[in-house]
Amino acid sequence: MKISTIVTLKKDVLDPQGKVVSQTLKNMGYENVVNVRQGKYFEIELNETDKEKAKQIAEEISKKLLANIVIEDYKISLK
Amino acid sequence: MKSSVIVFPGSNCDRDVAVALEKFQIKNQMVWHNESNLPKTDLVVLPGGFSYGDYLRTGCIASKSRIINDIIKHAKKGGLILGICNGFQILIETGLLPGVLLRNKRLRFISKNVFLKVMNINNKFCLKYKKKYFIELPIAHNEGNYFANSELLQNLEDKNLIVFKYCDAKGNINKTSNPNGSSNNIAGMINSEKNILGMMPHPERMIDPLLSGEDGSLMFESLLKS
Repeated sequence: MKISTIVTLKKDVLDPQGKVVSQTLKNMGYENVVNVRQGKYFEIELNETDKEKAKQIAEEISKKLLANIVIEDYKISLK
Repeated sequence: MKSSVIVFPGSNCDRDVAVALEKFQIKNQMVWHNESNLPKTDLVVLPGGFSYGDYLRTGCIASKSRIINDIIKHAKKGGLILGICNGFQILIETGLLPGVLLRNKRLRFISKNVFLKVMNINNKFCLKYKKKYFIELPIAHNEGNYFANSELLQNLEDKNLIVFKYCDAKGNINKTSNPNGSSNNIAGMINSEKNILGMMPHPERMIDPLLSGEDGSLMFESLLKS
């Protein structure tokens, strides 16, 4: 089963890279860009057919390694 | 006094800190990250560098190394741990120190000497700073922007767990003397049991008056005395 996880900085944590990207887009003429948050995207192939179990493993992986939950949020999706 | 410097793939201040420890008669041993047991040791040093190329998050992969379990045991027994730069980042990722180290506010790698105020000398790392509260040490990092929520910051201030704060040459602690955007100008901190110190500046680079200065020597002298 394939799982993907997106890790982004929490809303109240300053994301300087996102800010620079946002500013650059505005400089390029995309004046309707309001805000950009930068994050990380992971594709994980799991040897597991049970959806619930896979989700549970993905949760664990995200919490323990992929995201630092003090400052980051994660979003899991199963394929 | 016996020390162990832990070497990760990508550590690059491991030899510098070993030279510093040996200069002050601390008997040192280098320990590879993949060992499962620490040798008999009083002090564990997590050196600076770019362990695992800073993949995922700085210090993150190193914090899952095999040797870390034994380091946590060492910590729980009250053993001393000093984390410098990347070592500080590893301590944070391990959860041995609270908070988080973000990218520098202006997104630049900073390599320069900074002034620091020693805020707490009542620990085994800083006893000798009694005679010198304002010091100069080099920093060299990209992720040294210490971030903590207001509750944690208050707790650190109240319990006097902040050991070093960035200041200017006159000792003023303010925004302009803050190189990387750290909350409350924090450059180094200790746990409440006072056996684990994490700091971004490099004391091992200031141990010889011929090369740079001696403001780092006081830390190793303190350790020897303890």
